[in-house]
Amino acid sequence: MTGAVALQVDGLSTDYGPVRAVDGVTLSVREGSVTAVLGANGAGKTSLLRTISGLERASAGRAVLYGQDILGIAVEDIVRRGLAHVPEGRGVITELSTEENLRLGGLWRGADGASLEEMYELFPALRERRTQLAGSLSGGERQMLSIGRALLSAPRVLLLDEPSLGLAPIVSAQIMQLIRELATERRLAVLLVEQNARSALSIADRGIVLNVGRVVADDAAAVVAADEGLRQAYLGF
Amino acid sequence: MSTSAGAEPSSAPNRGWRLRAPAGTLTRSLGLVALAGVIFLAASEGLGSYEDLQLASGAYYFVALAGLTVLTGLSGQISLGHGALMAVGAYTFTLLVGDEHWALIPALAAAVLVSALVGALVGSAATRLRGPYLAGATLALAVGLPALADKYTGTFGGANGLTINPPTPPSWLGQSFPLERWEAWIAGAGALVVVFLMHNLAHGGVGRAFRAVRDDEIASSLCGLHVGRVQTLAFVISAACAGLGGGLLAVVLQLAAPGAFGLGLSLSLLTAIVLGGLGSQLGAIWGAGVLVLLPGWTDSIAHSFSLSTQVSANLPLAIYGLVLIVAMLAWPTGIQGALRRIIAAARRSLVHGGHSDEGIVPSSPGEL
Amino acid sequence: MVRFIDLTLNGISTGAVYAAVALALVMIWRATRIVNFAQGAMLMITTFIASSVIGSTGSYWLGFAVALASGLLLGAIVERVLIRRIEGGPPLNAVIVALGLLILLEAAAGMIWGNTPRSFPPAFSIRGYDVGGTHLLFAPNDTFTVLVVFAVAAGLGLLFRRTRLGLQMRAAALAPEVARLLGVRVGRMFTLGWAFAAFAGSLAGLLVAPSVFVGPNQFDSILIFGFTAAVLGGLDSPAGAIVGGVVLGLVLSYVSGYESASLVTLAALVVLIAVLMIRPGGLFSTTRERRV
Repeated sequence: MTGAVALQVDGLSTDYGPVRAVDGVTLSVREGSVTAVLGANGAGKTSLLRTISGLERASAGRAVLYGQDILGIAVEDIVRRGLAHVPEGRGVITELSTEENLRLGGLWRGADGASLEEMYELFPALRERRTQLAGSLSGGERQMLSIGRALLSAPRVLLLDEPSLGLAPIVSAQIMQLIRELATERRLAVLLVEQNARSALSIADRGIVLNVGRVVADDAAAVVAADEGLRQAYLGF
Repeated sequence: MSTSAGAEPSSAPNRGWRLRAPAGTLTRSLGLVALAGVIFLAASEGLGSYEDLQLASGAYYFVALAGLTVLTGLSGQISLGHGALMAVGAYTFTLLVGDEHWALIPALAAAVLVSALVGALVGSAATRLRGPYLAGATLALAVGLPALADKYTGTFGGANGLTINPPTPPSWLGQSFPLERWEAWIAGAGALVVVFLMHNLAHGGVGRAFRAVRDDEIASSLCGLHVGRVQTLAFVISAACAGLGGGLLAVVLQLAAPGAFGLGLSLSLLTAIVLGGLGSQLGAIWGAGVLVLLPGWTDSIAHSFSLSTQVSANLPLAIYGLVLIVAMLAWPTGIQGALRRIIAAARRSLVHGGHSDEGIVPSSPGEL
Repeated sequence: MVRFIDLTLNGISTGAVYAAVALALVMIWRATRIVNFAQGAMLMITTFIASSVIGSTGSYWLGFAVALASGLLLGAIVERVLIRRIEGGPPLNAVIVALGLLILLEAAAGMIWGNTPRSFPPAFSIRGYDVGGTHLLFAPNDTFTVLVVFAVAAGLGLLFRRTRLGLQMRAAALAPEVARLLGVRVGRMFTLGWAFAAFAGSLAGLLVAPSVFVGPNQFDSILIFGFTAAVLGGLDSPAGAIVGGVVLGLVLSYVSGYESASLVTLAALVVLIAVLMIRPGGLFSTTRERRV
């Protein structure tokens, strides 16, 4: 189940002006596993993902993707090395159609119609809405769209920022289950940021808790879930 | 309400939110006017007639720039049409003095009034326009208004424009008092009036209202400021200044012709205030200086490099274009901003021994 | 009656030119949220280049092709060198930089080619058609103008809607950050957007040059008309640019014909103000309020 280390982050720090949003974070994400990053609002989870994918600039530390440094490399190029980031809010381009959104994910590698078909197999609901504007999709459908779009770039590492945000519990559970399956079946290394700690820990192999940008816990998911003190202090359940 | 009357030099950065007793600002502006007046008089006495003419040009450019920099810097509204507003002032003046034989001061006052009226019209339309839309609309004004002179050639004299007789110096100055110096004095007087008015405006309630609306319309309307009226007022004031500038131009050149007020003038005015520093009265002086002196400098450069007239005639504009581009890319606060930073840096190193205490709040271009 | 027909046809022909400029402005606005006030000056430069090529080789079509090619190049260079540094910054800065470019280009043109406006040949005959017994002012050159503008507009439309490149360009314009996360080279897309826009602008310059003559300041008005047309149609809408161009062309043609040619720029100003007061998003506005 746990494979090689796909993504290694060491002492990563990110500053917004005088505010240190990410403070010396170290973590590893292995192939075929789900690593959940948890913590309160403002703990630095989103900033962490944005720094790894290149949207934000790190002030210190390293991020290594399959042995290659990716800090300082342009976002578009990090994507080409096998990292996909589904941003906060899903990032669905509402003025484009569902199919156009999907195709965008695979354009840089010249993904063919077969790959697109594969996504429709995975997400039949999207096939029904393929020509509709993405703005008309429900929250759950948008989440599927953004994940499908990311998968079309054939990534080996997948960053997900709060996929369950705004979704009904049932839908959210389905999405979580999907993420788990993707990690196992496709040997993806998944770094999952979530507000909903309980839900995330239920599918994760590892749990990392951030507080004010720093790692306060890094352990097997079951251990983190069982820790009363941690849960009450940082995770809200 | 405590005052810091006289404690701060007039070139200190304006911390616009601090309350100042009106008396402090008034005395300071009177002092400024007196100082400027003395310098101006002395300069005009020492200079020959060509330089006096340049001094006069600098004065009327300053008048127009002082208003424009208030509009763009303090009120945050861009106008590419102020060349056209200067034309309104110039034509009003020449029509009244030439055809109707009005005296100097009433004609200038009328020029100011008419331009202010046009400014009110443009300004009220402009309140709903932002950024590029406002720029586009005023651009249309700049290109379109001078065309009126072609349409109504009877009144406006067509492409040749209207000419008037030069102003005669009063007899008590002596028979041999040079005309150019008299023109410089007239223009200088106008400039001093504007210095006084704009200084009080910038440091007073009106200036604060302008800046408040510029920085945050929603917040300022919640504080009771009527956004549309404040913005229109900024336009009216800047238009009045442009009109006075145009009127003074007509006094000095004794001519109002469409060619002088084309798009090139509007863009030159914009360049001058960007160069001087948006919102800065002192910057308006630097800008006026550049407008007056640059053509001469480029002519000399062209001469020493034996450049053709084709090149030298276009050199000032080429430099303006470069200045605008470079200034926005590298140097957004202009000369005055650069000076302010140097002064502030010098102060810091004296007080704090070189450590910078700058907080998160960035300095915004647009304060004196 | 014939006068009305003449003015209407003239309006469509000049409107096509305004539409091309409007299209250029809209493409740049959609991609980089900047109004390219230097568009008129840019197309002035490419028209001058065409004029020089025609002058030295005697071939109109070679000059035509070179103008379009240099338009692509000029647009790309301006975006890469200048605009890249101000994208995403305060709008006022972008306006001033564009104006600076306008001034610089016009001055440079004056230095290189002189300030005296020169004539420019039309692509085809300007002798009006004879229909039935009536002689119209509308000429083969006007037919060419209308056809080529619509062909280019259609071509660009196909490019954006049907090709992979077009999809990437649209994504870059609509959501640059998300597009980057999907591997779209957003910077390159912006450069291409400016290149295509300048291409459309160059076309407009070639088409209008015979009537306005070629000189550093001769294309100022066309910028204003193009801007007004773009605002009329909605700065976000390429289709709106075409419709806006034709509508404006008609309006100005009637003003010029029934009133006076010198009032045309002021008439455009009136149209501009009217649109911005009544329907700020333009005729084809989406539900969003006009934002700058």
